[in-house]
Amino acid sequence: MNLADIQKIAEQEVDFERAYKYRINVCCSSGCVPLGAFKVLKAFEEAVKEFGVEKECKVAKTGCVGTCSVGPAVIIEPGDYLYQNVTPEKVREIVRDHIVLGLPVKSMLYGNPAFFKKQHRLVLRNAGKIDPSRIQDYIAMGGYSAIVKCLATMTPQGIIYEVATSKLRGRGGAGFPTGQKWSLVARAHGKPKYIVANLDEGDPGVFANRTLAEADPHAILEGMLIAAYAIGAEKGYLYIRSEYPLAIQTLQKAIAQAKSLSLLGDNVLETGFKFDVELRFGAGAFVAGEETAILASVEGRRAMPRPRPPYPANSGLWGKPTLIQNVETLANIPIIIQNGGAWFSKIGTPRCTGTKCFSLTGKTNNPGLIEVPMGITLREVVFDIGGGVPEGRKFKAVLVGGPSGGCLPDALLDLPIDYDSLTRVGAIMGSGGIVVLDDHSCMVDTAKFFTEFCVDESCGRCTPCRAGLIRVKEVFDNLTQGNARMEDITTLEKASSYIRDASLCGLGQTAPNPVLTTLRYFRDEYVEHIRDKTCRAGKCFKKEERGATP
Amino acid sequence: MTATTVTLKIDGLEVTVPEGTTILKAAKDNGIIIPTLCNLEGLSPYGGCRLCLVEISGSPKLFPACITPVSSGMEVTTQSERLTEYRKMAVQMLLAERTHICSVCVANDHCELQSLANQLGVDHVLFERNWTRLEIDSSHDFLVIDRNRCILCTRCLRVCDEIEGVHTLDLKLRGKDAQVIMDLDEHWGNSCSCTSCRKCAKVCPVGAIYIEGEPVSHTKHKDIAEFITERRQRKWKQ
Repeated sequence: MNLADIQKIAEQEVDFERAYKYRINVCCSSGCVPLGAFKVLKAFEEAVKEFGVEKECKVAKTGCVGTCSVGPAVIIEPGDYLYQNVTPEKVREIVRDHIVLGLPVKSMLYGNPAFFKKQHRLVLRNAGKIDPSRIQDYIAMGGYSAIVKCLATMTPQGIIYEVATSKLRGRGGAGFPTGQKWSLVARAHGKPKYIVANLDEGDPGVFANRTLAEADPHAILEGMLIAAYAIGAEKGYLYIRSEYPLAIQTLQKAIAQAKSLSLLGDNVLETGFKFDVELRFGAGAFVAGEETAILASVEGRRAMPRPRPPYPANSGLWGKPTLIQNVETLANIPIIIQNGGAWFSKIGTPRCTGTKCFSLTGKTNNPGLIEVPMGITLREVVFDIGGGVPEGRKFKAVLVGGPSGGCLPDALLDLPIDYDSLTRVGAIMGSGGIVVLDDHSCMVDTAKFFTEFCVDESCGRCTPCRAGLIRVKEVFDNLTQGNARMEDITTLEKASSYIRDASLCGLGQTAPNPVLTTLRYFRDEYVEHIRDKTCRAGKCFKKEERGATP
Repeated sequence: MTATTVTLKIDGLEVTVPEGTTILKAAKDNGIIIPTLCNLEGLSPYGGCRLCLVEISGSPKLFPACITPVSSGMEVTTQSERLTEYRKMAVQMLLAERTHICSVCVANDHCELQSLANQLGVDHVLFERNWTRLEIDSSHDFLVIDRNRCILCTRCLRVCDEIEGVHTLDLKLRGKDAQVIMDLDEHWGNSCSCTSCRKCAKVCPVGAIYIEGEPVSHTKHKDIAEFITERRQRKWKQ
């Protein structure tokens, strides 16, 4: 395999695709599989044979298209007709009408074109379009052409320059400029250098990285390859949660295929460049997604963050310079190389370029995975893409950034989504979770829920996070049971700002965010809980069963 | 060989120290005491107790003095209203975390947590106390661990691993449930790697690890780590 062979595979594959008139893409992602996606896939294969159109139709299993609430989802190309809630019984009708007669079945089509209208799909460019288990599909879509371009025409410095020009910022949450990080690692002394791709997404209700890995694993691998070439690394680790079995399977297959085409290995595409990727599985700790904890975990130690300095760029895995990037950041790299950093920097806002994937969940009409340009307002996400709050209920708050994010009220809905604006109002970009809450949710209870999550996930290293969060949780217990006093609000504020300022790692520093933001924007609910012992949403003050315990 | 030096200001005092020194060491060498619990000279820094946090002018963040290296022109503040309040908060949280009753503790009067609370003027605990009932292990011939008094500073872990070199002690579970264990969660008496060197008892800042029948004032010897490390590095002339 050499550089020209990749081009040949792409051409062959395009010709091969051209022989088919229709392409039926069945979403076989983690969201649709439990709803019977595999049965639907089988039914399509049978129905196509039954109607004798198997020469015209290619039935493929693909990754997620984002509409996770209406699975199993099926897309029929050309025309991108998206069928929702497909069951094996409906398959015959779809094949008969759409393929044989050429009349799309209107009643089964997805009825929310607004869901896709405001999205901008860069990272998820291939999601739902290619079969993630076939490397040829990815190559046919222009995949691996970026690494070919890098190896044939670009110097490592040129790649870093291109990434820096794009002004891409790390998608793991903190938003550190990617180009700057790469040049730090490239300049660091010490050999070998390592790359760690972070796919340890532990927040409740967040599934953006998982979907990316399930839909387009090769984009991540290509991003790692380019990063490795740019910084001079020979070995990469892809750290993934063991709770993502389908993503693991997909990635294992992808790595094996890339090796067989000599895209990974000792002599990548006969250029003498050496790079290999190994999967490492997390054991279910949320904190393992933290930059220094992930290093400990990859090394085989207890996933505990350590203080910085030294920074991983200088002393990471086994004391060697290490580049740690979120997989979403890495998946951006191939398109930046293909289209140029200047092109990328025009997307989004001047300070925060590009797009961001969000898992939109909670009380929303269209939950699912979305990718929006930076700078889009929360209102557009919640009401245009998300379609508002179901059952005519009233919108109350939106939680941005997972368990360490902030609860923002409707007054802040016109806030543009970017790193700096979110930090200013007390939320974070985080791993990309947007949870919509309606007037059935109690803000005190919500803050309590996320505090409990962080109590469970604290590693136990530093005092504020370990010994402080549990005290905050106890105050919440009192609040929701009617035993709190007015002074407790001050206690909460004091303890929360202490935990935020004094904790060692990102988990502790951001864990009080839900508490601080709800105190800031929904303080009256706290007061009601204490003074009137009432809960607007009717969630708290429920008598607990006190049966056998004395 | 002359090491390059760095000049910085700590609490307004201009000090000159070798490059790479931590703020904590630089302050200590110049007579400024920054409170710590987890840090111990001779052991690797841990950065867990968060008592040594200091302010560096020009940054809104707080920095742990035990880890942050000095740099030229740095202006460090070790005492301020916010820092005192945060240190008090840390001590209160540690006191509330497990079962700390000074009057019945072996380390009464020789406890670093207790003296720190006295120094900082912590006369009450803001939070409800969490009276834990964790296992007390006295199966060893003379070493006893009372996990209810443990503040998880991990000095014992580090001295066992780095100085004695056996790594008998480690942590299990995470967060508030974290506990010091021996080997693979054996009883101490059954531990086959423990050399009974007593260093863990010597460095424990509180009364969590102690020697049965021996006054704690006699046991505690926290300079041991520094002493051994310096001897190993042959810092002194023979």
